[in-house]
Amino acid sequence: MEATPMLLSIADVMPAAAEIFVAAAACVLLLVDALGGTRVRGIVFILAIAALAGAAWVSSAVGATGRTVILGGHFVADPMGTVLKLFAYGAAAVTLLYSREYLERRGLLKGEYLVLALFAVLGIQVIVSAGSFLTLYLGIEIMSLSLYAMVAFDRDNGVAAESAMKYFVLGAIASGALLYGISILYGVTGSFLIDGVAFAVARGAVPEIGLLLGIAFIVVGVAFKFGAVPFHMWLPDVYHGAPTPVTLFVGSAPKIASFALAMRVLADGLGGAVDAWQGMLVVLAALSMAVGNVVAIAQNNIKRMLAYSTISHVGFILLGILAGNAAGYRAAMFYTLTYVIMTTAAFGVVLWYSRKGFEADALDDYKGLNRRHPWFACIMLIVMFGLAGVPPTVGFWAKLQVITAALDVRLTWLAAFAVLMSVIGAFYYLRIVKLMYFDEPTASATDASGFAMRLVLSLNGLAILVLGLFPGLLLRLCEHVLP
Amino acid sequence: MTAPADILSWLVWLPIAAGLAVLLLGDRRIAIGRWVALGATLAVLALCLPLWRAFDASTPALQFVERKPWIGVISAWYYLGIDGIALPLIVLTAFTTPLVVIAAWSNIEKRPSQYFAAFLVMEGLMIGVFAAADALLFYVLWEAMLIPMFLIIGIWGGVRRVYATIKFFLYTFLGSVLMLVALVWLYLQGGSYEIAELQRMPIGMTAQVLIFLAFFAAFAVKVPMWPVHTWLPDAHVEAPTGGSVILAAIMLKMGGYGFLRFSLPITPDASRELDWLVITLSLVAIAYIGFVALAQRDMKKLIAYSSIAHMGFVTLGAFVAWDILATTGTFEGAGMGLDGAMVQMVSHGLVSGALFFCVGVLYDRLHTRDISAYGGVVNTMPVFGFFAVLFAMANAGLPGTSGFVGEFLVIVASFRANFWYAFVAALTLILGAAYTLWLVKRVVWGEVANDGVASLKDLNAREFIVLASLAIAVLALGVWPAPLLDVMRPAIEQLVGQLTVSKL
Repeated sequence: MEATPMLLSIADVMPAAAEIFVAAAACVLLLVDALGGTRVRGIVFILAIAALAGAAWVSSAVGATGRTVILGGHFVADPMGTVLKLFAYGAAAVTLLYSREYLERRGLLKGEYLVLALFAVLGIQVIVSAGSFLTLYLGIEIMSLSLYAMVAFDRDNGVAAESAMKYFVLGAIASGALLYGISILYGVTGSFLIDGVAFAVARGAVPEIGLLLGIAFIVVGVAFKFGAVPFHMWLPDVYHGAPTPVTLFVGSAPKIASFALAMRVLADGLGGAVDAWQGMLVVLAALSMAVGNVVAIAQNNIKRMLAYSTISHVGFILLGILAGNAAGYRAAMFYTLTYVIMTTAAFGVVLWYSRKGFEADALDDYKGLNRRHPWFACIMLIVMFGLAGVPPTVGFWAKLQVITAALDVRLTWLAAFAVLMSVIGAFYYLRIVKLMYFDEPTASATDASGFAMRLVLSLNGLAILVLGLFPGLLLRLCEHVLP
Repeated sequence: MTAPADILSWLVWLPIAAGLAVLLLGDRRIAIGRWVALGATLAVLALCLPLWRAFDASTPALQFVERKPWIGVISAWYYLGIDGIALPLIVLTAFTTPLVVIAAWSNIEKRPSQYFAAFLVMEGLMIGVFAAADALLFYVLWEAMLIPMFLIIGIWGGVRRVYATIKFFLYTFLGSVLMLVALVWLYLQGGSYEIAELQRMPIGMTAQVLIFLAFFAAFAVKVPMWPVHTWLPDAHVEAPTGGSVILAAIMLKMGGYGFLRFSLPITPDASRELDWLVITLSLVAIAYIGFVALAQRDMKKLIAYSSIAHMGFVTLGAFVAWDILATTGTFEGAGMGLDGAMVQMVSHGLVSGALFFCVGVLYDRLHTRDISAYGGVVNTMPVFGFFAVLFAMANAGLPGTSGFVGEFLVIVASFRANFWYAFVAALTLILGAAYTLWLVKRVVWGEVANDGVASLKDLNAREFIVLASLAIAVLALGVWPAPLLDVMRPAIEQLVGQLTVSKL
C-alpha cells in the first residue's frame, strides 16, 4: 500500500461536494424540524425541495467533464454520474411535490420523512459515484435503510409494516449476496477498487471459477435491487403495501441507482468478462419481461399492477445492459431515465386522484375518469401508452433503443421475444385506458389538488409526449455521457 | 400550378393542429368545433388540388420532398415525399375525412369534441403514413394511428365495443412490432432508415425470408388476409359509422400500401419464393370469405366480410407477377396486376366507405343493423334506395363503376399467370353479386316490412351530400380511370423493375 496523505485539501473533495451538501442539508433539516416542531413544517418541506435544488446546482457547478477519481479511487466523478444524479434530484423533488397533499391529509408529513428522503438521495448519489465495491455497498445501505423506514413510516398501518419487513429481510439477503460476491472478487483479484478489478480481469490473471462465482453472486445482488425475476418477490408487496408516495419514491429515483449499480459493477468493473454475465442477464431479462407482463394482467390494484409492470420494464433495461457495449449501456440509460419520467407521472396521477379515505388504488376507481377530469385522464392516457411503448411517446424510443442494442449483438430471438412480450403488456395498459374512457364513472371525486401539483403533473405527462416527438435531445445526452 | 414546398407537412399537421384545437374548445363550444373540423378537412382536400396538379406523372421519383434531420443519433429523418402510389391514397384520405365529419355533424351526443378531434388527428397521421419516406417515421405514424382508432371504437362503438377495440389494437400491434424488429435489423445492416435505401440494399436469402415474414405479419393483419382477419368484422360491427368508414376506406389500404412499398421492393427474392403463400391466402379470402359474407345477418358484418374478399384482389394483384413470368416468360402483365391492386384499393375505399355510410343512415333511424329488421326501405326512402343500389352494384363489380376496373385488371393479370387463379378470382363475380344483391333485395326492395320502416324519413341534405359525393367518385373512376392509371404508371413501372432484379 502506498501512503496516503492524512489531510485532504478542499480541491481533493470538490468532486464530492454534492454528496457533502446533501448530507449536511439532511442534518440541518433534522435540527430545524426537531427545534421548530410543528410550526415550521411548511418551511421544512420547502427546505427539502431547496436542498435538492441546491444539490442540483452544486452537481452541475462541479460537473465533471472527464473522469475524476478521488479518495484513493473510492469515489468517481464522471459525466454519466452527473447526469444520473441530476435526474435523481429531479425525480425526488417531483416525488415530494406529488406526495405533499397526500401526506398532509393523513398526518404523515413530518420532518423525519423528508430527512429520510434526503438520506435516500444521498445513498443514490454515493452509489452513482462509487469507485470501489466498498463505496458501492455503503451507498446501497444508506439508500436501502432510508427506504425501509419510509415504507414503514405509516406505523399504524399493518400492511405497510408487513411490506417494510419483507423489504428489509429480502433486501438484507440481496446485500448479503452482493457482499459475498464482492469478497470472492476481492479474493481472486486482490482489489476492492472497481478499476482494480477491471484491470485484473483485463490482464486475464484471474482464476475463472472464482471470477464466475463472484459474478454470479454480484448479479444476484444487482437483480434483487432491480427487482428482476426470479429475485422480484419483494417488489409487488412493497409497491402494494407502502403508502402511495413511498411507492412512488421507491419506484423512481432508486431505479437510477440500480442502473448505476449495474453500470459500475458489470460495465466498469467486469466489462472484460461480459461473456460470463451476458448469459445470466439474458435469462433474467427474458424471465422478467415474461413474468412481469403476464402477471400484471391478473391484478386489480393499480399499485400492484404497476409493480409487475416495473418488473417487465426492468427486463427491458437489462436487455440494453446485457448487450455489453456502449450502445447497449446508452440504450439502458435512456430507458431508465424515461422509465423514471413515466412511472413518476403514473403514480403522480394516482396521488392526484386520491383523497382522504380514498386511496384511488383499485383499478375500478378509474372508471369514467375522462368524464370527470378529461385533462388528467388524457395525461394518464399518455402515460399508459408510454409505458406500453406505443409511439409517439418516449416509451417507444426507449424500447426501440434496447431492441436495437439486442439485435446489434445478434440476439435476434431475444429482441423478437421482447417485442412479443410488449404486446402482452399493452393489454393491461389498455385496460386502464378502457376504464377511464369507455366506462361510466362510479365514484364522484372532486379535484382538490393544488395548483403546483397540477402544473407539475401536467408538465410531467406532456414531457412523455414531447420527448416522444423529439427524442434526439435525451438520446444525445446519453451518447455524450457514454461515448 | 405550383404547390407550396412544404405542402406535405401542411397536409399532415394541419388536421392534427385542428384536432387539438377542437379538443381544447371542448363540448360546450362544439358548435365552433364542428366548423373548425369541417374547415380543416376541407382545407386539406383543397390542398390536394395543387398537389395533384403539380404532381409530375412522368417520373417515379419522390416529389414534394421535405428532408430535415429529426433524430441525428440514430440517423432518422423527418423525410416526406410521394410518388404515384402514395398520391391517390392521400387524395382518398383527404376526400373521405370531410365526409366523415359531415356525416357525424349532429349525430354524436357523447363527447362530440373528442370524436371530431380523434378523426382529425387520424387524418393527419394517415396522410403521414402514405407520405413518409423514412421507415422509422413511417412506423411511428403507423403505430400512433392505433391510439385514436382505439378510442373511436371504444368510446363511440356498439355493445361489444371494448372487446372489439382491444382485439383490434392487440392484433395490429402484434403484427407491427415484428415489422419493427425487421426494420431495426435492416437499419443495423445498412445504417439508414430511408425507405429508398432499404430498397436498394442487398440482403441474403435467409434474412430476406425472415424479413418478409415479419413484414407479412404487419401487413397481412392490416389488410386483413385470411386467417388473421378476425379482428375486422368485430371492429367494423362495433365501430361508430365514421370509424367503420375510416377503417374500411383508409386503414385497410395501409396493408396493401405496405406490401407495395416494403415487402415487394425490399425483399423481392423472398416475395418470389413465398408468393404461393400470399396468392393462396388471397384466393381463400376471395372465395371462402365470399361464402361467409353470404351467411351474415348483420349488415355491417356482411360489408366487413365483403371488404376482406375485395382486399384479396389487392394482394393477389400485387403478388401475381412471378407466376406471370413463369408462365409467359416475361413480366408483361405484371404491371397490370399492380395497377389492378391500386385501383381496387381506391375503389374499395370509396365503395365500402359508401356502404358503411348507407348502413349508418339506416342505423341512425332504427338503431339496428339486423337485415331482418328492414325490408322495402325504397318505398319510404327512394333517394336512399337509389344510392344503396348504386353502391351495391359497384360492390358487385358492375361495369361502369369503379369496382369493375380493379377486379377486371387483376383477373386479366392472373389469367396470364394461371387459369385457375383467374377462375377462383372470378368466382367473386358470382359471390359478390350474390351477397350484395341479396342484401339489397332484403333491405331495399319488397313490401314495407314493419312500422319502423314505414316511419322512415328519406335522406336529409347532409346525408345526401355525403352519398352523392361518393357516388360521383365511384362513377367517375368507373367510367374514366385513366387519370388514376396515368398518375401511377411510372411508380408501378419502377416497382416492376425492382421485382425483376435480385437483391441476393
